[in-house]
Amino acid sequence: MPLEPGASTVPVNEDGSAVRETVVNLGPSHPSTHGVCRVIAHLDGEIVTRAELVIGYLHRGIEKMAEHRTYLQIMPLTDRLDYVGSMYANWAYCQAVEDLAGIVVPERAEYLRIITCELQRIASHMMSVGSTGNDAGATTLFVYAFWVREQVLTLFERLCGSRLTYNYVRPGGVSFDTPDDAWIDEVRAFCKAALPRFNEIDRLFFGNVITKGRTKGVGVLSAEDAINASVTGPSLRASGVDFDLRRDEPYSLYDRFSFNVVVGENGDVFDRARCRLLECYESVRLIQLALDQMEPGRVKAEAVSRLIAPPVGETYKTLESARGTLGVFLASDGGVRPWRMKVRSPAFSNLGIVGPLCKGYTISDLIMILGSFDPVFGEVDR
Amino acid sequence: MKAEELSSRLLGYWPELSDLCSIEKNRMLIKVRSETVHATISKLKELGFNQFEMVTAVDRGADLEIIYVLHSIPMKASVWVRTHVPRDAAEVASMADLYTGADWPEREVYDLFGIDFIDHPDMRRIMMPFDFVGAPLRKDYVDENIIPRPDYI
Repeated sequence: MPLEPGASTVPVNEDGSAVRETVVNLGPSHPSTHGVCRVIAHLDGEIVTRAELVIGYLHRGIEKMAEHRTYLQIMPLTDRLDYVGSMYANWAYCQAVEDLAGIVVPERAEYLRIITCELQRIASHMMSVGSTGNDAGATTLFVYAFWVREQVLTLFERLCGSRLTYNYVRPGGVSFDTPDDAWIDEVRAFCKAALPRFNEIDRLFFGNVITKGRTKGVGVLSAEDAINASVTGPSLRASGVDFDLRRDEPYSLYDRFSFNVVVGENGDVFDRARCRLLECYESVRLIQLALDQMEPGRVKAEAVSRLIAPPVGETYKTLESARGTLGVFLASDGGVRPWRMKVRSPAFSNLGIVGPLCKGYTISDLIMILGSFDPVFGEVDR
Repeated sequence: MKAEELSSRLLGYWPELSDLCSIEKNRMLIKVRSETVHATISKLKELGFNQFEMVTAVDRGADLEIIYVLHSIPMKASVWVRTHVPRDAAEVASMADLYTGADWPEREVYDLFGIDFIDHPDMRRIMMPFDFVGAPLRKDYVDENIIPRPDYI
């Protein structure tokens, strides 16, 4: 495959001599790149002197497709943005539509959204933590983490019939109420069963001396650089920035809960992965609090037309997804189709720093650094 | 922070802003000409907007509108900066010298809208193949593969 213009320039030393380097093309379809991402790594021996990420292999033009569909027809497209955490894209899109069309969401629906999205956060973080282990060669961890993810997907299957693309959060509420009271008991039982599993993963992987040697001090991102590079979510908090949209700019009913925001210290691969694991404990707490507070009631707003035609205007609503600040910008011209939809994807914004960050580390560290930002290429490429 | 509180705080530091800013639906908007957008954002960065949240464009027919959303972690608030550029000479200064996080989002807007960001370090396509011709998100882009869908009810 030919290199793009700009990627093939041969770097020279300060005295003008050619740099001794090998160019390794990683991907676009390589198991360690977590999707279709291509990395052009310039190596001096084993050390990365320059890494360039080439994305766009999964670009489906979802923003263009949205301009040709009605507001409800866009819902299935949002599932296919972040396919490890579809609930967030569903919710972010619905938030924007509700803001634009002035739809008020019933309280029970908001609780169900919080419960499912915190379950989704656990499922998504387990995928990320598991694959961090996989990248480091600890395949066992992947299996342990997937036990937890599997439980969440089974709960979702009972709730909305789907395990990956839920289409659950809808403009004005959610698509289904809980199937029966047993489902709530199952969620409570899951919360109880998951905590020992998290402890186990923490001891098995993060307490392991080999893991520490492999991940500590690798891919260190300072707080200042992380903020300047638009990094959000757990990757930002791992660098020591105490910021979480759920607490600091609460949306939905998050202002009714008190929970801890997990903050790391060093901003290396170890902290980014461990922050995700520790966030799962907080998510369990949030689920339990939401289940306690939830009252019976409607799960969908009355009088939401199937052909929504919001008034002329723009909106931009954000929420804290498993990867960071996920925002949806909608511009309406008063018609039944949006004039413009834009998804501010956290995975895309976080990935911009990965190339520069890999400089000076080895090629095997590059894999760890790329994986530690938890990219999902459906969301990166849109 | 509420938009009213934010705007009164910003106006305290920067009184000239009062002609440019407005509040709509609890959101602070600053409307500037495309030549002054870099100076405006650089001033906002000094005032505490430390994160470049996103940049996007909207096709307004006669011209293209560029919308920047800047976010402040200490103030817990966001601000929109809007500007218009003509369709046939769509160019605006790059913010990549202020925020490294503007690099990829500006490449995306360049790729899909054909807006040139002046002084960007690496102005190449990012989503579409590098030999692709056209700006797909402009409304005058024609592609026979796009089939109009009926409004199923």
